[in-house]
Amino acid sequence: MTNVAIVGAAQTPYRRRRDDASLAELVHEVTVAALADAGLEMGDIDNIVTVSNDFWDGRTISSMAVMDASGSSYAGGKNVSTVEGDGTFGLFYGAMRILSGVYRTTLVVAHSKGSEGDPMMITNSMFDYIYTRPLGLEFISSCALQARRYMDKYGLTEADFALVSVKNRRNALRNPYAQLAGELTVEEVLASPVLADPLKRHDLSPISDGAAAVILADSPVALRLGRKPVWLKGGAFCSEDHFLGDRDLAEAPALREASRRAFEMAGVTDPFREIDVVELYDACSYMELLWLEEMGFCPRGEGGTLIRSGETAPEGSLPVNPSGGVLSAHAVLVAGLARVIEVVLQLRGEAGPRQLGPKPVELGLAHGINGPCGQSHCVLVLGA
Amino acid sequence: MPEEEAVIYRGRIRMPYTWAVGETGSFFLTQLRDHARIWGTRCPQCRRTMVPPRRNCPRCLAKTHWLQLEPRGSLVTYTVVHYRHRIHPPQEPLIYGVIKLEGADTGLTHLLGEVDPADLRPGLLLEAVFKEPEQRRGHILDILYFRPREVTGS
Ligand SMILES: [Zn+2]
Repeated sequence: MTNVAIVGAAQTPYRRRRDDASLAELVHEVTVAALADAGLEMGDIDNIVTVSNDFWDGRTISSMAVMDASGSSYAGGKNVSTVEGDGTFGLFYGAMRILSGVYRTTLVVAHSKGSEGDPMMITNSMFDYIYTRPLGLEFISSCALQARRYMDKYGLTEADFALVSVKNRRNALRNPYAQLAGELTVEEVLASPVLADPLKRHDLSPISDGAAAVILADSPVALRLGRKPVWLKGGAFCSEDHFLGDRDLAEAPALREASRRAFEMAGVTDPFREIDVVELYDACSYMELLWLEEMGFCPRGEGGTLIRSGETAPEGSLPVNPSGGVLSAHAVLVAGLARVIEVVLQLRGEAGPRQLGPKPVELGLAHGINGPCGQSHCVLVLGA
Repeated sequence: MPEEEAVIYRGRIRMPYTWAVGETGSFFLTQLRDHARIWGTRCPQCRRTMVPPRRNCPRCLAKTHWLQLEPRGSLVTYTVVHYRHRIHPPQEPLIYGVIKLEGADTGLTHLLGEVDPADLRPGLLLEAVFKEPEQRRGHILDILYFRPREVTGS
């Protein structure tokens, strides 16, 4: 059986609003850039996975709107299929298509514009229409329920969460693709306007526009290209109960299981020592700590201790979100693929001002989520 | 080249639906409407009782059976929302909670009312407040909200 490599990657800068480009134009921008990055042409790509969501795009079969822009009609037409969910899940699917042996190169491209629709209505619509949607629950208030439960169960504080915002917004100063960057203090985070307690303005990711693309290839193709391939060493995704009340929101067993499977596949036995960089889906500050616990980087309930130790800063032993993470740019669906791209850049040594070192980055973890409060999780282990 | 102008097209989607609630949800909602009773479903395999009700246990896939729950329970988690949008019900202050009803193993997400936000804490004992019978229409908001309850006896 072949292995799968990431041989090309591109992302747009993430901005609050991209009035200069339509959705299809964003997709074309990253498709062309990812091909150039790989040293490939459209004719070398034998299948395409687009990632989109109809509610965010404001149309049905939203994939159809970007197929022309991603090369679907190139030279008589290509095999295109679609994932409606985070880009990491699109990548996982694209990788499985290569592992099937039928395809050798997959373009995975994700896009979204948070600026064009109404995020309150759209995220309210992720809930069932009988029991939850009529309550008016949406992204921020549902995350607040999770943050509160996490604090109550394990004794974490709002100041612990604030340290994540401080770290990631500071990291974003070195990432030209980030949307929000700056030197914040814990006091400033704590004093920012309360939206749904315990979550405040600076605990939340911004609304962003953007797109990202990666090109996957089987081993023979990857090794033929001049560029150093980044190998998919392990990957898994898992889901748990949909209703928030069915779960203990202070835990994420789906992430625990996805991490276990991905680490096993990659041969990782001591993630804290073996993983050199983590890029995870911190849609809110508290998520970084909760997700790190469930990935196994620290004992459950010890996320606050971990962030206070400084080990997850870029100069620490386990840098987490050196790009600034989702807290600094949150194009929905794209954000997980952006995590992958940031790990790829770190593994290649091409992360520019945000490059980690001096110790070489050899193994990284990229993570994406789908559904309310992280109902499903995708974990990808990438290696040079 | 002429000066570039970014044209913004303003649209709006209004999409009516007539969603079938299904036999499980229909029983639950008509019991709310007609008797102000909250029913859960119990899994015969893992013995978990869940609300909102499900035809099948999500973890075992086994077909569940009905179990009437007390319209009272305790608070698991909560948030006070400081922004307003037209998706929100008219409620001041706007407080969401996950409530574990007596006899249930899962929590019901709903609104909290008649409570000072400063008094919110996990474990707070609550009871359901229903709309007046003539105002109930077979809807989750036939429960107005949950409020703190006096503990009697013992
Ligand atoms: Zn069961």
